[in-house]
Amino acid sequence: MTSLFEYAPAPESRSIVDVRPSYGLFVDGEFTDGTGSTMKTVNPATEEVLSEVAVGSGEDVDRAVRAARRAFTRVWGPMRPADRGKYLFRIARLLQERAREFAVLESLDNGKPIRESRDFDVPQAAAHFFHHAGWADKLDHAGLGPAPRPLGVAGQVIPWNFPMLMLAWKIAPALATGNTVVLKPAETTPLTALLFAEVCQQADLPPGVVNIVTGAGDTGRSLVAHPDVDKVAFTGSTEVGREIARSVAGTQKRLTLELGGKAANIVFDDAPIDQAVEGIVRGIFFNQGHVCCAGSRLLVQESVHDEVLASLQRRIGTLRIGDPLDKNTDIGAINSAEQLVRIRELSEIGEAEGAQRWQPECTLPDRGYWFPPTVFTDVSAAHRIARDEVFGPVLSVLTFRTPDEAVAKANNTTYGLSAGVWTEKGSRILAITDRLRAGVVWANTFNEFDPTSPFGGYKQSGYGREGGRQGLAAYLQGDH
Amino acid sequence: MSDRLAVRKTYKLYLGGAFPRSESGRTYEVTDARGHFLANAARASRKDARDAVVAARGAFAMWSGATAYNRGQVLYRVAEVMEGRAAQFAEEVAAGEGLSAGKARASVDAAIDRWVWYAGWTDKLAGVLGSSNPVAGPYFGFSVPEPTGVVAVLAPQRSSLLGLVSVVAPVLAAGNTAVVVSSLERPLPAITLGEVLATSDVPGGVANLLTGDAAELAPWLAEHADVDGIDLAGAPTPLAMELERSAAGTIKRVLRTPAEEPDWTADPGLSRMRPFLETKSVWHPIGV
Repeated sequence: MTSLFEYAPAPESRSIVDVRPSYGLFVDGEFTDGTGSTMKTVNPATEEVLSEVAVGSGEDVDRAVRAARRAFTRVWGPMRPADRGKYLFRIARLLQERAREFAVLESLDNGKPIRESRDFDVPQAAAHFFHHAGWADKLDHAGLGPAPRPLGVAGQVIPWNFPMLMLAWKIAPALATGNTVVLKPAETTPLTALLFAEVCQQADLPPGVVNIVTGAGDTGRSLVAHPDVDKVAFTGSTEVGREIARSVAGTQKRLTLELGGKAANIVFDDAPIDQAVEGIVRGIFFNQGHVCCAGSRLLVQESVHDEVLASLQRRIGTLRIGDPLDKNTDIGAINSAEQLVRIRELSEIGEAEGAQRWQPECTLPDRGYWFPPTVFTDVSAAHRIARDEVFGPVLSVLTFRTPDEAVAKANNTTYGLSAGVWTEKGSRILAITDRLRAGVVWANTFNEFDPTSPFGGYKQSGYGREGGRQGLAAYLQGDH
Repeated sequence: MSDRLAVRKTYKLYLGGAFPRSESGRTYEVTDARGHFLANAARASRKDARDAVVAARGAFAMWSGATAYNRGQVLYRVAEVMEGRAAQFAEEVAAGEGLSAGKARASVDAAIDRWVWYAGWTDKLAGVLGSSNPVAGPYFGFSVPEPTGVVAVLAPQRSSLLGLVSVVAPVLAAGNTAVVVSSLERPLPAITLGEVLATSDVPGGVANLLTGDAAELAPWLAEHADVDGIDLAGAPTPLAMELERSAAGTIKRVLRTPAEEPDWTADPGLSRMRPFLETKSVWHPIGV
């Protein structure tokens, strides 16, 4: 199917962002040179090198942790809670003021459509700071007993799929509860975290309260293993999550993990099909499918399978793939060459195992990392594409006949992060929702997020929650 | 004094609602605090532990799906039945822990009261830990606590009844099912507790009590893919770290143990339920 109608290009200007040729580490309130090597960060849509950033060494991590400890002991810990809250309110406002800058930079470094970075990632990040700012002087009411205490220094490692939003999910609750942080952004998406460091400076946040140490796996390992870190928070793959859980075993460090997923999106025969199709598209193609809670397994009731699939393919044919900075773009670039290889490999395995691959006709840019939206049918529960997290725009379609079968298939995974249910019958929504072993269930919607709604996994999707009152427990020591 | 010869009890495992011997046929000698023979307890094997996990998994849907009110009544019933057997428990605790009759009875009373306390929690957890989420959009959002699943519990080594109840009751009150490894040297109250559970409307498989050596059984439970969480209360310190590392392989929820066995008479708060509760957040659009 060819594109239904042509749109004139509508690119967002990148002139609002001033990307420096190189960045150091943000430690103790200042940008400083790292003692290790450097790495290049590229625009995945063009393969253009955007900047060169430091690879934090063990020594750099140690310096950052010491700065965070000092700030915790001398400034941030003893500070009046209301004042801590005011700093967070300032940060929230600064993010709103500089929202467009953050959005453009995020799309440049990550490859996600500007529509998403502008309308989702950055506003949500600001909202997260705003929400947690208000908690700072109300922690007695968090349900952890009177006067819960901060843990100390939090070492936080975040992924590349929502660089700025994951930063907010980590830093906002940590600071609101009186902890200080050392955060390591993902190797391929360090730039918005470094811009956030500037925001901390503009907010006059006391030095050492937030430290940003860029780098790759070794930098993260040094941070997690540092003996003076009291709390480790990680979002990323289940494989790395296991390694981190092993690393903190036998210590007093507190740990929360937000790991992979393989969510079922269940469509019953009485579902509003048009809305469900929108939800399926949103569930798997949002952010190129680089979403841990992506609805990557579509479970359709057999009687409506053909109808749903035809409608879905028609809708996918209208998605626009290309320049992330174009305001009309629906699907941007795959974040890295490495991730593109993984998506290709798993898709090839899908075909080799007997599933049918469908992709719309679409022209992909010549340079950069791209993968078209992809739907696999004839998928069985044993197929790798039905079990492994692809973390790309690849949907596996399975069918079911009865509600029991839908629940059994949905839960037939080691993951348990999210799920979707589509039906017009209220009692069925509640019954199915009750039986799904997943931390978030979207009924007649998908991929909704809010700072007041706790997010996190069951089973091997991790433990601990982010957001809401429940999320505060990860950063506090209470009597209960 | 009657010259009647006492009928002694055979101490077996409590597994899937029944009282089997260890499939391994192994037993070990249990003595009182002074070293006098009390009984031969079953020494549970890896296979027994795995069978217990199967039983616990099988019971999970029914127990976690029961209404909170119902779970509360069942756990309260445990306290009722225990009360009637208090003298027997006190005797076992006094012998095993070397306590005076008075102190042993106080410990038993505290254990019974702990069941009552947790029984009262079942229908309050959702209100205390759940939430209505005021999201910034036209959605109805709420979060509810739900049990983690099958939890392996390593019971304390010293406090053979109060300690045991203090770790098992919260796991059950939260809606989980349990595979419990008793104190190695003081296992007898665990099996008597099994007899109480078996007659208290606790469905078979909800709590499985294995006597034997945690050092032998715990590594299998820590790496078992169908165990969702592990309470390390009774794990010897060097083993605890190994178990936690092993549990990381399947991202189990781990409740760590302090270096010294705590004072089990203290108010536990939510500290032993929280680790074995998940939070589920649900969204639905609002519209006409």
